[in-house]
Amino acid sequence: MAHAHSHDHDFHHEQGSELSEMQLRTRAIETILLEKGYIEQAAIDELIETYEKKIGPRNGAQVVAKAWVDPKFRKWLLEDGTAAIGSLGFGGRSGNHLVALENTPSLHNMVVCTLCSCYPWAVLGLPPLWYKSAPYRSRAVADPRGVLKDFGIELPKDTEIRVWDSTAELRYMVVPMRPAGTEGWSEEKLAELVTRDSMIGTGFPKSPKDLK
Amino acid sequence: MNGGQDIGGMDGFGPVQPEPNEPVFHSQWEKRAFALTLAAGVAGGWNIDMSRFARENRPPNEYLTMSYYQIWFAALEAMLKERALVSDDEIAVGQALKAPKPVSCILRADDVARVLYHGGPTERETKTKPAFKAGDRVRAKMMNPVTHTRLPRYVRGHLGTIDRVIGCHVFPDSNAAGAGENPQWLYTVRFDGGELWGADADPSVTVSVDAWEPYLLPA
Amino acid sequence: MNGAADMGGMHGFGPVVPEKNEPVFHEEWEGHSFALNMVTGVANLWNIDAFRFKRESLPPPEYLNLSYYGLWTRTLELMMLEYGVATPEELKAGHAIAPFKKASRAVTAADCDNMVRCARPLSRPAPGPALFKVGDKVRAKNMHPKHHTRLPRYTRGHVGEIARIVGCHVFPDSNASNLGEDPHWLYTVRFDGHELWGADSDPTVRVCIEAWEPYLEKP
Repeated sequence: MAHAHSHDHDFHHEQGSELSEMQLRTRAIETILLEKGYIEQAAIDELIETYEKKIGPRNGAQVVAKAWVDPKFRKWLLEDGTAAIGSLGFGGRSGNHLVALENTPSLHNMVVCTLCSCYPWAVLGLPPLWYKSAPYRSRAVADPRGVLKDFGIELPKDTEIRVWDSTAELRYMVVPMRPAGTEGWSEEKLAELVTRDSMIGTGFPKSPKDLK
Repeated sequence: MNGGQDIGGMDGFGPVQPEPNEPVFHSQWEKRAFALTLAAGVAGGWNIDMSRFARENRPPNEYLTMSYYQIWFAALEAMLKERALVSDDEIAVGQALKAPKPVSCILRADDVARVLYHGGPTERETKTKPAFKAGDRVRAKMMNPVTHTRLPRYVRGHLGTIDRVIGCHVFPDSNAAGAGENPQWLYTVRFDGGELWGADADPSVTVSVDAWEPYLLPA
Repeated sequence: MNGAADMGGMHGFGPVVPEKNEPVFHEEWEGHSFALNMVTGVANLWNIDAFRFKRESLPPPEYLNLSYYGLWTRTLELMMLEYGVATPEELKAGHAIAPFKKASRAVTAADCDNMVRCARPLSRPAPGPALFKVGDKVRAKNMHPKHHTRLPRYTRGHVGEIARIVGCHVFPDSNASNLGEDPHWLYTVRFDGHELWGADSDPTVRVCIEAWEPYLEKP
């Protein structure tokens, strides 16, 4: 796991022992709920399989690629994210209040949940650890340029940075700008350029030369 | 900085739990950590504002988990290393490995009583006049320095009244950053509980802080 | 509550450190922790606002030092205890201890498939007309409730502008304490960075939040 640690004292973050302890405690909960008939094992397995393998940023990449080629879809997406994204078969959990945010040369959007870890599961799957951790949650709203530096990104000084703190059930995804040199590309090929971070606002899409 | 130390108004820490017959120090190492910090400060040449910043300048999760003297000790190590008085490899083996850097002053046993008695007075002469007087309405600035400051987050942006003009004192925000004492007028500022905590707050509560002039704006 | 979760604007946590090729779950137990939280929601044992409230009520040192899914497992334990789904002895033993009440029905894989695919609508009939319209200036209240709220501290007392009227949604402050859904109008409110962080802060930054009507007042 990625955490920032300081090493100038004898504080110990008990990673090793926390692992086995958490394993036991989680298993205890599962066993009790199974034995009491609250859940079926298959339900647990299905959920893990779904979010580990099936639902992920590839969904959002499809949405972005379609917005890049289809102006009518783009307009619909920006006006009614839930409906437009739903039309592609993505929706459901964390998918019923989706808002798409358009990046432009003068405006860059970033998404955070300072209070916990709210994230557009339907289009991006489960959030990465950095999104849920204290450095991002504490700094994104106060020093977004500093956070972008952590991602190796520097925006022009006069670009407006709009940070969206997901305090209610609205879930945000960023529609990054289409990379140059992609004229005539298919949606499928364009989707390969769309990175997860570019849909959170902490990265840019790949460029055509990155795909070679 | 808005670190783990700035916890005025935070919830979730549970009840205050006084320890009956609490000893001054809970263990031998605490005694030594305390004494070392004071003595090393003389040799190290850092000021108290630098010490305070060194304590608060760590990840909040660590700050809030470490014991009081663990934090002191961690800050001491950090300041000694910053000034190249002690190195990581020396700490690892617990022995001096390099020749000591010359220092201008060390604390001798004979000096202790006098030094403690003298303390570290912070009032300074000035030719400037205070911008505010008792009774003036002021607003604590909306400021979020990443460096040391003594304006807690829970008062920032709020309206208060000057209770007292204290005097001209060393300004911690400058002193901690090694930018000199830069003494500023210091005031006691009183805030109504309702102003700080909202309409549902206890109407009988007021809170005061001592705030330097750069923290304040006229209301 | 002003708990450890409310960390917007805090300093000291260091840089954001993305992990290359990060797996969805770092350990198998994390996947189970995740799935257990989902199924207890499907089983309607408690609502999501109550779960969030329990998690943020953890003492700050505990909250800040548990891993992400460690927080979920810890919160699950506390919810199971509070809602009578398990006893401390059962959690310690790692299995159910007879006699116990069996659930009326088990959550199945099909239920979970349904939950994943279908929306969980939070919109409710409006209690009355919306107080604000797009473009209105509003002030986030200076409120410090001990109960669950979704108004982060860094916005309280600050003036922003209504950017969008979202609709009428379940009100977490009420729902988390099982006092009913109490739906209220929900708005997207946009704040200038200067307003939140002070005159020296980045002038190109704006921050948006969603805020329910009870969080807002005319400036």
